[in-house]
Amino acid sequence: MVMKLKSGLRALALAGAALAVQGAYAQQIVKIDGSSTVYPISEAVAEEFQKMKKGAIKVTVGISGTGGGFKKFCRGETDVSDASRPISAKEMAACAQAGIKYVELPVAFDALTVVINPKNTWIKELKVEELKKMWEPGAQGKITKWNQVNPSWPDAPLKLFGPGADSGTFDYFTDAINGKEKASRGDFTASEDDNVLVQGVSRDVNAIGYFGLAYYVENKGKLKAAPIVNKGSSKAVSPSLETVMDGTYQPLARPIFIYVSDKSMNKPEVKAFVEYYIKNAPKLVKEVGYVPLGKQHYDQAAKNFAAKKLGTGFGGKSEVGIKVEELLAREGKL
Amino acid sequence: MAYARDLTAIRGLIASHKRWDRVFAVCGLLALMLGVLTFTALFVDMAIDGFPRLSWDFLTSFPSRKPAQAGILSAWVGTAMVMLVTAFVAVPLGVAAGVYLEEYAPKNWVTDIIEINITNLAGVPSIVYGLLALGLFVYQFGLGHSVLAAGLTLALLILPVVIVATREAIRSIPQGIREGAYALGGTQWQVCSDHIIPYSMPGILTGVIIGMARAIGETAPIITIGALTFIAFLPAPPVMAQAPFVNFEWLFSGFTVMPIQMFNWTSRPEAAFLQNAAAAGFVLVLMTLAMNGLAIYLRYRIRRNIKW
Repeated sequence: MVMKLKSGLRALALAGAALAVQGAYAQQIVKIDGSSTVYPISEAVAEEFQKMKKGAIKVTVGISGTGGGFKKFCRGETDVSDASRPISAKEMAACAQAGIKYVELPVAFDALTVVINPKNTWIKELKVEELKKMWEPGAQGKITKWNQVNPSWPDAPLKLFGPGADSGTFDYFTDAINGKEKASRGDFTASEDDNVLVQGVSRDVNAIGYFGLAYYVENKGKLKAAPIVNKGSSKAVSPSLETVMDGTYQPLARPIFIYVSDKSMNKPEVKAFVEYYIKNAPKLVKEVGYVPLGKQHYDQAAKNFAAKKLGTGFGGKSEVGIKVEELLAREGKL
Repeated sequence: MAYARDLTAIRGLIASHKRWDRVFAVCGLLALMLGVLTFTALFVDMAIDGFPRLSWDFLTSFPSRKPAQAGILSAWVGTAMVMLVTAFVAVPLGVAAGVYLEEYAPKNWVTDIIEINITNLAGVPSIVYGLLALGLFVYQFGLGHSVLAAGLTLALLILPVVIVATREAIRSIPQGIREGAYALGGTQWQVCSDHIIPYSMPGILTGVIIGMARAIGETAPIITIGALTFIAFLPAPPVMAQAPFVNFEWLFSGFTVMPIQMFNWTSRPEAAFLQNAAAAGFVLVLMTLAMNGLAIYLRYRIRRNIKW
């Protein structure tokens, strides 16, 4: 029964494929998949690129998450992979096994914002150490009041809001603040939908939460962004386009990437698309609410792409507080 | 005297029974209202949010980063294509399986086990079907991340519903009809095709409505098998002017569906995208209603022709 079904389906698929080939005209499709964080940028570029090419080249963008995107990428199913974190050692191995080589191109900054309620009067700045005290795994069930973090803060319940554990934002925040990816307390209000977090923090004076900068920018009237004091620094820095770009807003800003397969780079449509991507990123990145890299970074990225500088600059692990120019200059590992 | 006393007792009894009737009627009405009002409130809220965005342009534009220019063309066409495949696969398979189980299958423990499993399948989370389909349809059969793979996945998902509905409908056909047909010398196949299936069609259609309404809103299995989010072109149309006139390329095309487009919009930071999502939700409900309306109309037509 199963065998019959299987062979029947195969026959159907073959018949369909034959018809498809018959009816096919020169289809040029650039396939992108991966992170939902990078998605708005890739969507914007895809939209403009298709308009410019008048539909002669088609672009599709999927959202499978960074990990899901790399799975498809390393199977050779996609040309470009959106990634909100660098490729991991495991994914590097999978790509190497399938013979897929790639160029790593940073395309924008993703900045996390720690937000509080506008009526919150006691937070003028937040130290990374204080954030750690609130969010580290050991705080679970113990740190439940603001004054437990800092005695000068009120004796009021501490209400935490953050993204769920599947999110790249969660991975990066835990890495940057708690020192280990995914190491977080579990007793906070978690949602994959950042708009839910916005609602939560805007309705509760005692709330504090974190999410991407774009969500804060869109909801400035309802929220306040906490200036962050990095470890070993004494200066509080508020998140903004300028502070992220000049690298002073740390450690909660990171570059996000696209990875381009070397096989796809030989296809003229993919090459044209990626060149267009880098060239138009400064404008389009800003339009969708992200922070663009510096001009020199995009220039260097374009050079790396033209020279087919293969491999990742990270060697399989994430790094907090990395400089983009240093990353672009690093020897690539495959 | 004894007679009059009995009469009062009986009247009292009748009054109390009537009271219980009323109590139940009120409870039933409340139960109905709970569902209807919740749906109405949600629907009206969505309609109010989304209405300003509803326009011809919204239906005929591709997605965009600019909320005011974004539309749902690729999404609704994708949903329609996937639903078409689902219906074409699930209805014949489900009806055939249901008829076999009711009319042909020997009543033994193997059949019992199959029956129990089908009922259980209806409760399996949809993501499990997505994972199964990813391994089987997408990679094993090499169908790729296509409309066909998605349609087959959703067909699997609603198959148990269609089978169970078919069986219930068949069971409600009086035994006398079967016996009469056999008595006139009909073969088992003639009895099924001329009597059992036509008479059970209204019940089957009810099952199909429930199944399709579930399928049209599914997101998880469709994402699992690799649906796209941004796709700004349509596959080649199924009918062509020159030979071979039909084109099945659309079955193998990449696609997106309405719930994915909505979900993507609700997760965007700009409030205007939430409006788009509400408008898309409104259209999705209308699509579901249109689909159900067709099934209800067919059911009505068929029922009119059944006389026994």
